[in-house]
Amino acid sequence: MVYKAGAATGDEILVDGWELIVGLEVHVELATATKLFSASANRFGDEPNTNIDPVTLGLPGALPVLNRHAVELAMRIGLALNCTIQPSTFHRKNYFYPDMPKAYQISQYDQPINIDGFLALPGGKKIGIERAHLEEDTGKSTHLGGTGGRIHGSDYSLIDFNRAGVPLVEIVSRPDIRTSEEARQYVTELRSILVAIGASDAKMEEGSMRCDANVSVHKPGMPYGTRCEIKNVNSIRSLGRAIDYEMRRQIDMNEAGETVRQETRHWNENDGRTHTLRSKEDADDYRYFLEPDLVPLDPSPEWIQAVRDAMPMLPGARRARLAASTGVAADAEAVMVVVERGQDDYVLEVAAAGGDVSRALIHVKEGFADEGPTPTVPAADLAGLTRLEIGGQLTATQAKTVLAEIVANGGGDAAAIAGAKGFEAMDTSALEAMVDQVIADNAAVWSKYCSGEDKAMGALVGAAMKASQGKADGKLVTALLQAKRTS
Amino acid sequence: MTPRTAIQIAAGVRAGTLKAADVLEEHLARIDARETDVHAFNLVMTDQARAAAAAIDAAVAAGNDPGPLAGVPVALKDNMCTHGIPTTCSSKMLQGWKPPYDATAVTRLAAAGAVAVGKTNLDEFAMGSSTENSAFGPTRNPHDLSRVPGGSSGGSAAAVAAGFASVSLGSDTGGSIRQPAALCGVVGVKPTYGYVSRYGLVAFASSLDQIGPFTNTVEDSALLLDVIGGHDILDSTSIPAPQPSLRDAIKQDVTGLRVGRITDLPEGADPDVAERLEAAFDALRAAGATIVDVQVPAFSYGLTAYYLIAPAEASSNLARYDGVRYGLRVDAADTNAMYGATRVAGFGEEVQRRIMLGTYALSAGYYDAYYGKALKVRRLIADDFDRAYQHADVLLTPTSPTVAFPFGAKSDNPFAMYLCDVYTIPTNLAGHPAMSVPFGTGAEGLPVGVQILAGTLGEPQMFRAAAALERAMGVSK
Repeated sequence: MVYKAGAATGDEILVDGWELIVGLEVHVELATATKLFSASANRFGDEPNTNIDPVTLGLPGALPVLNRHAVELAMRIGLALNCTIQPSTFHRKNYFYPDMPKAYQISQYDQPINIDGFLALPGGKKIGIERAHLEEDTGKSTHLGGTGGRIHGSDYSLIDFNRAGVPLVEIVSRPDIRTSEEARQYVTELRSILVAIGASDAKMEEGSMRCDANVSVHKPGMPYGTRCEIKNVNSIRSLGRAIDYEMRRQIDMNEAGETVRQETRHWNENDGRTHTLRSKEDADDYRYFLEPDLVPLDPSPEWIQAVRDAMPMLPGARRARLAASTGVAADAEAVMVVVERGQDDYVLEVAAAGGDVSRALIHVKEGFADEGPTPTVPAADLAGLTRLEIGGQLTATQAKTVLAEIVANGGGDAAAIAGAKGFEAMDTSALEAMVDQVIADNAAVWSKYCSGEDKAMGALVGAAMKASQGKADGKLVTALLQAKRTS
Repeated sequence: MTPRTAIQIAAGVRAGTLKAADVLEEHLARIDARETDVHAFNLVMTDQARAAAAAIDAAVAAGNDPGPLAGVPVALKDNMCTHGIPTTCSSKMLQGWKPPYDATAVTRLAAAGAVAVGKTNLDEFAMGSSTENSAFGPTRNPHDLSRVPGGSSGGSAAAVAAGFASVSLGSDTGGSIRQPAALCGVVGVKPTYGYVSRYGLVAFASSLDQIGPFTNTVEDSALLLDVIGGHDILDSTSIPAPQPSLRDAIKQDVTGLRVGRITDLPEGADPDVAERLEAAFDALRAAGATIVDVQVPAFSYGLTAYYLIAPAEASSNLARYDGVRYGLRVDAADTNAMYGATRVAGFGEEVQRRIMLGTYALSAGYYDAYYGKALKVRRLIADDFDRAYQHADVLLTPTSPTVAFPFGAKSDNPFAMYLCDVYTIPTNLAGHPAMSVPFGTGAEGLPVGVQILAGTLGEPQMFRAAAALERAMGVSK
């Protein structure tokens, strides 16, 4: 049977009577200068096996020493996710793999540094955070020859230990996610938070953020179904596709009377399916025990407070602030986009410079996509442009043209540019005459519009804008057309 | 002939009355004469040692002080990393491996002016009590070449007993310094866990391993610990607080010191050993100490707990030896077969036994019954000791139940071999210090050691008692 990855389920919770239950495990590489337990550089993209040392290679006699900055970043993550920071310990997770030179990974186990938090999605829903713990990354294997870059069937493998020992925080959500869209929002929001607090560059394409999904389905009121863990999800888009595919697979199995087995499954981007990687019976016995080479980690209240005091404003709070100033919803696209780019401070600066905050929000969203958090255009110049719009001296279309020039020049006086371009608002009588002409020229469309086909409006407004060479105010044209239909 | 103790050698070299080169040559001459019989070393570092001694003499000639161990020949157990010099753990597994760094203890010895003369033999990966488990053949006891020197640091103990080095370093996980010290008639100290950095010590059981000295005198051990002890940023488990000088501590006698006798100590010590222990109590009493009775009920569970905890950690520590990055590689049809063939060929029988035992003890379904329970016993032992130390400053026990035994006497019976450490193991589980001091002879005129135990960082009291026993024996300096 072939399953196709379906579309996002949006806010529809039940699919054929089944409810999707998703928990996410997200690994992020911390943006430290050095590794979790040694002084080698933590840097992506260097010549293989150059950022190594006796600890990284697990040479006999070498001992780990915990990186203080990594602990601080882990605490920042905990605070940003509303977690409790608690005294914690490190364990050895024993398993043999060529890219892990000690044959064990040092990881936090039953006493993680951060527990019991939540992440609020932009729409307000809270996703519980079970834990966010510190651990070290493994080296990176590259399998050559054979097919598909998998170890099985390859001719030989190369190992790069630059990544071995890079600090990771694994953020484990509670199974509170109900749709693939929520999963995407969760990861997107988490990524924004991690970047905002400087904990990680969180690039899924470079592997500095990796996401595994625990997926199950059940009928409401019944216990949760058997879950499968989906690995190898390399983008937020793939995450949604993989979850939708897996949900459909499990629903179809259940409806066919088959039993979903607990297993780890591999998402294949090319065929859009998940495939069995290993079943629960094949799972490793990690033989965890307390890492005897490290001492317990017990950050002082003063240290935690210092980390808390140094926390920047988080994306959610920034969106709320911008929403409050503009009157737009906190999860409106413009607010999301501008905060994601870090340009919300700039929008508020434009307002402070006497500009219209709502117009500024739109212009920054539309016109500043290639700019960073501090655009080169002086806030006062953008403020000037929005004042002309509000004053009726420029139509939205004209304003867009003027803005493009201001952005291209890194600033400029909106009034002067508008004057040079000969932009002036059409007076009402001229506008009305032009609209009448448009109706006459497009009689068939006009009659469709009059018979209630509202979609026809767009063609009429477009024609009017064309006839006026962009000088007409689209809002006024719309109002005139509506008035003429009802009259 | 030049003096044998580190204190005397360093004093002479620093004063310019003694040449480090001459001291070294005398030791090398003794190695030439007897090493073939004793086999204390895996490697004698003749050239490096001569260069180091010459540098010490040059420093003195230039008016510089080479340090408190100036010109003292020291032997290093071959599980301590030495930069560019093979470090084998007496295993085939590490064949050809030269560490790219020095162990912290090695660095500190060199900085204090000591001259490393060689790497000493041990039971493979420090697992054993006779040095018979070495992949390179056993070390023989300098007092009787038909007998074992003890282990696992047998080579380091024999090197000092035979005069191949003035002092040496060993490592002690369950008695591996104290037991060979007793069997070879030298002083051997296992300090408090964390007293000496483990950085560069190839791990056997990380929560138990501790580096310590073998010396001819108690004061030499105090000097060595003053040099190699103290916090090391490279070992998170090393104790941060600075330690008081042990050389100063032994200036104080034992008047008023409370010496505990463990009334529920496991039986099994031979009569000649038990007799020397009684003599030690008498000597300390005569020197002004008070003898008190204490109980340490969990003491007798130490051995079984140890043989779960130490192998468990070893199974993890030794999993990295796979033939890929360094050491032995036995080629085979594919990579997985190569791993297997390498580990079968590279590890000796005892090491393989402990890897199996430890892997089992940590496995799902068995963890609670074995490893988990052993951790509880470990806690009980520490608690029992702590209660005893409310009444006593130090405790006295035999170090080893027997004097040095003949080769092969226990090598076919692992449990009989494990019993060699019945008196030394509980100290490691508790993380406490203990030391063995030679206290006369037993059967066949062989050396007997008495073990002095103390609570965490109780080294000053422990050394006071050791110095008193040494004085009672009339050891001359």
